[in-house]
Amino acid sequence: MTKTIKFDLDGDIAVLTIDLPGKSMNVITEEMMQDLETLIGKVIGDSAIKGAVITSGKPAFVAGADLSMMSAMSAMAKTAPIEETFKFVLILSNLLRRMETSGKPFAAAINGLAMGGGLEICLACHYRVVADDPKIQLGLPEVKVGLLPGAGGTQRLPRLMGVQAALPYLLQGRSMSPQEAAGFGVVHKVVAKDALLAEAKRWVREEGNAVQPWDQKNFKFPGGSGAMNVKVVQTFMAGEAMLRKETKDNYPAPQAIMNAVYEGHQVPMDAALRIECRYFTTLILRPESTNMIRTLFLNKQSADKLVRRPKNVAKAEIKKLGVLGAGMMGAGIAYVSAMAGMEVALLDMTQEAASKGKAYSVGLLEKDVRRGKLSREKADAALNRITPTTDYAQLAGCDLIIEAVFEDAKIKADVTAKTEAVMPKSAIFASNTSTLPITELAKASKRPAQFIGIHFFSPVEKMPLVEIIMGKKTGEEALARALDYVAQIRKTPIVVNDSRGFYTSRCFGTYPSEAIAMLKEGINPALIENAGVMAGMPVGPFAVADEVSIELMYKVMKATRAAVGDKYQEQPADSVAVDFVEKFGRLGKKAKKGFYEYPEDGKKYLWPELAKHFPRADNQPTVEEVKKRLLYRQAVEVARCYEEGVLTAPEDADIGAIFGWGFAPYTGGPLSMIDTVGVAAFVKETERMARAYGARYRSPKLLRDMAKEGRTFYAG
Amino acid sequence: MADAYIYDHVRTPRGRGKNTGSLHEITPISLLTQVLQALRDRNEMDAGLVDDVVSGVVSPVGEQGSVIARTAALMADYPEHVPGFQVDRFCASGLVAVNLAAAKVMSGQAELTVGGGVESMSRVPMGSDGGAWMTDPSVAKKLNFVPQGIGADLIATLHGFSREDVDSFAVESQRRAKKAWDDGRFKNSIVPVKDILGMTVLDHDEFMRPETTMQSLAALKPSFAEQGEMYGFTSVALMRYPEVERINHVHHAGNSSGIVDGAAAVLVGSKSIGKKLNLKPRARIRAFADIGSEPTIMLTGPSYAAEKALKRAGMTAKDIDLWEINEAFASVVLLFMEMLNIDHKDLNVNGGAIAMGHPLGATGAMILGTALDELERTGKGTALVTLCIGGGMGTATIIERVN
Repeated sequence: MTKTIKFDLDGDIAVLTIDLPGKSMNVITEEMMQDLETLIGKVIGDSAIKGAVITSGKPAFVAGADLSMMSAMSAMAKTAPIEETFKFVLILSNLLRRMETSGKPFAAAINGLAMGGGLEICLACHYRVVADDPKIQLGLPEVKVGLLPGAGGTQRLPRLMGVQAALPYLLQGRSMSPQEAAGFGVVHKVVAKDALLAEAKRWVREEGNAVQPWDQKNFKFPGGSGAMNVKVVQTFMAGEAMLRKETKDNYPAPQAIMNAVYEGHQVPMDAALRIECRYFTTLILRPESTNMIRTLFLNKQSADKLVRRPKNVAKAEIKKLGVLGAGMMGAGIAYVSAMAGMEVALLDMTQEAASKGKAYSVGLLEKDVRRGKLSREKADAALNRITPTTDYAQLAGCDLIIEAVFEDAKIKADVTAKTEAVMPKSAIFASNTSTLPITELAKASKRPAQFIGIHFFSPVEKMPLVEIIMGKKTGEEALARALDYVAQIRKTPIVVNDSRGFYTSRCFGTYPSEAIAMLKEGINPALIENAGVMAGMPVGPFAVADEVSIELMYKVMKATRAAVGDKYQEQPADSVAVDFVEKFGRLGKKAKKGFYEYPEDGKKYLWPELAKHFPRADNQPTVEEVKKRLLYRQAVEVARCYEEGVLTAPEDADIGAIFGWGFAPYTGGPLSMIDTVGVAAFVKETERMARAYGARYRSPKLLRDMAKEGRTFYAG
Repeated sequence: MADAYIYDHVRTPRGRGKNTGSLHEITPISLLTQVLQALRDRNEMDAGLVDDVVSGVVSPVGEQGSVIARTAALMADYPEHVPGFQVDRFCASGLVAVNLAAAKVMSGQAELTVGGGVESMSRVPMGSDGGAWMTDPSVAKKLNFVPQGIGADLIATLHGFSREDVDSFAVESQRRAKKAWDDGRFKNSIVPVKDILGMTVLDHDEFMRPETTMQSLAALKPSFAEQGEMYGFTSVALMRYPEVERINHVHHAGNSSGIVDGAAAVLVGSKSIGKKLNLKPRARIRAFADIGSEPTIMLTGPSYAAEKALKRAGMTAKDIDLWEINEAFASVVLLFMEMLNIDHKDLNVNGGAIAMGHPLGATGAMILGTALDELERTGKGTALVTLCIGGGMGTATIIERVN
């Protein structure tokens, strides 16, 4: 019998209840597909059965395809003949098509969330009824993992909703509530949860029209169809351009969806499904999907589940948090921690400053209440948990203290001593420094084993990543507590070892630095800026430099120079930062003067005098070369961090790069990118770039060894 | 190779391409029929000698579909053995039609042909024929499709043509067109459009706005800025031209070609057919050429087409006395003058499409006739006629007046 789907008979109506053993959520696995095939075959073949209802035995209906199965499919596709891959991709699509053309009525009783393949099963049913629960999400999110809905989703959804209405749900993977779905005609009826099954059975028994609208002769495509329909054509024209504005051609999935909808919506369903599956096959043959699934989902989920947490330390909740410094970062840390239910003592030099830090939370909470995202009670409760103070005594009873004071080792040493005088001996002390080595800062601590770096990104409430930095003497207990804390505030942690700038600040800095180096070489700054965005970075490198401020880059450079002395390696960007700060007085965006001009009444534009100070070279590189320089320079630095032991796992490198500084997500992160390019090819290319642009491009020994031995960062 | 000669040229006046335009109530088949009739009648020629009728038409669908050239020949009472075919090379269709008509003569496969074109933009709107180029997402992606106005703005951006530059060009086009009409310079070629009762519906180019000034143009908002930003086309253009920080949107309705209705026809033949018909050749077609250019910016083709035609003719730009280029957008013309180092006094001397309009399928044949009339008026020898073309192409034709 079938293990993943229960089969029952209610008179002449079959009930297929999807219920994967040992899982909290139904997902589509190979076994589940086989079971579905068996049971659909049984319904079709047994003349005593009138029709069937498909539902789920779990709170959710079906969450979509099992991502590990998708990864395995991608791996298989890389070596299998294309015909076999295509055949495999078609299995579910064919099965659902067989179901909808069988002549027997099938009804979906959607009791909970139906995503991806789960919703596609429903769309192939002749009748869809969903439980009246606004929390239920219905959607086709495949695009987010670099794929497309491959079991008819790109074809059936537009035939129900119309092309224009369906495209955003397919291209952005947006989901809809039951009521919205009913409004769009995606489901037929919304009923109370306890009436769901009865209604589905009633339809099979009393109505049971087993011909889909698109298989009827007089089918009219909602909103029109075809390459001569002005409205439809405009949707595709503008849709394609807007899509490329967003993706910069880096994400093949939305493009494939566009193509599949355009070509498929003009032909009968059988041909449409073949078109869809062809495009699906092109996607699983590409690296983006594998890379995105690996980093953005599988490895991120592991990180969220604290894969790096020492197992021998007992789990402990942070109940009270101390935050030193109520500036921008401290205020944000206080907010996210209070929202997670912690008591927060927010300490600053003056009561005014401390209160101002709390006011930041007031602002954010009020906004959420106004927008109906948060109840007044919850907002008030969160706010009541934050105590602004100047009194170190308030830190008594804290499980964790995070200092976010001025980036000055002396000041930090001072607050460390003052805090340790009052905090419990068992508490952990963390620094939110973004650049200063933790090992050095820990020298001010009496308990360096309990001293750790917890590096947040700005704005704290929006940025998903937290970088945890192990000083030389940091102990496992501190790491475990820091990770537990990150889990409590629902952020994604990576764990790195100590070094100047740690991992993220150090590697991220190469992005604007390399752009500045290119500017110095006489490369057109507009080309550099556009290339950054085209390479998949969220903003251009000069815009980023202005945002973080040229002054900060300048200060970090000076501090590093002072700290390392003769060993300091001059970077091409250094002299430019000096000129901008000392000569031009252009400190960045805050000063409204940086690489950009910021007019009061218009869009920012590149400082026209850049051309004067950095005369344009006669030979300009291609945009492809500039893109490569910007990405590879970052990747080389990441590989160095890995070699130096700052990073201990490629997963941390890739998650940190994407969620920390927005490294091109379609690559799956810098180390995934090196794997995709091929380690040997990457080494060879960086050798060429080192000769052309400077030794900073040279791949570290680690990569050269990997190339020689044919190793990669990830298996498959 | 035989020589091909132009024996005559006629055109309709251009009506505003809206449902309030004078020619909106006249069908496109009627427009083309009337110019074919005029060509025959004013030359007192036996239309049965015509080997082929070629018509440019850019939206060959609906009432402009199904080979309008053949339908019009029959409607004009050309004998039924006279065939016809349509050509579409977007904005150059009318000139390409004449070139193909000439090519038949040059190759010795025809003695007498008609080349021309028609477009009733008020009745069959631009884009009515669709096209994979813009509607099929996979094609639009590979070719970096953007609407051509963005290409025109991109030309202005890359070559530093300011709003003032393009507007002053437009004002001058209006001034020249007005003067040309006032001086009666088009009268030799204009065939007033008649209704079925034989009464005149339109006898002049009604799109012109001679009152145009720099100030009146300054009030117009750029046409392609919002469209470009809102629908992502600007971003697509910059992906193809990443050296550009932002596009300077300078074009608007006042410095771009007007949307109009109209038709034109050119009589082409061998030397011997002229003698047989007792017609004097007015010009010899020396050379013509078509080229493809970068499709996103789309409108840079004319200088390359002109150079190719000049090379074919064994000439240089210095050998051309008169230049006629379709004023699709002001920046296209400014770029052309810059590329070939042409003085504005020798180019579009009687104004152009910014003032009088651009009936897509007909314009090429119209401006060829305009150049011919001007050569005759001034006694000059050679003219080069060219148009920029959608999809990134250019066509150029060189004619030489003969006595």
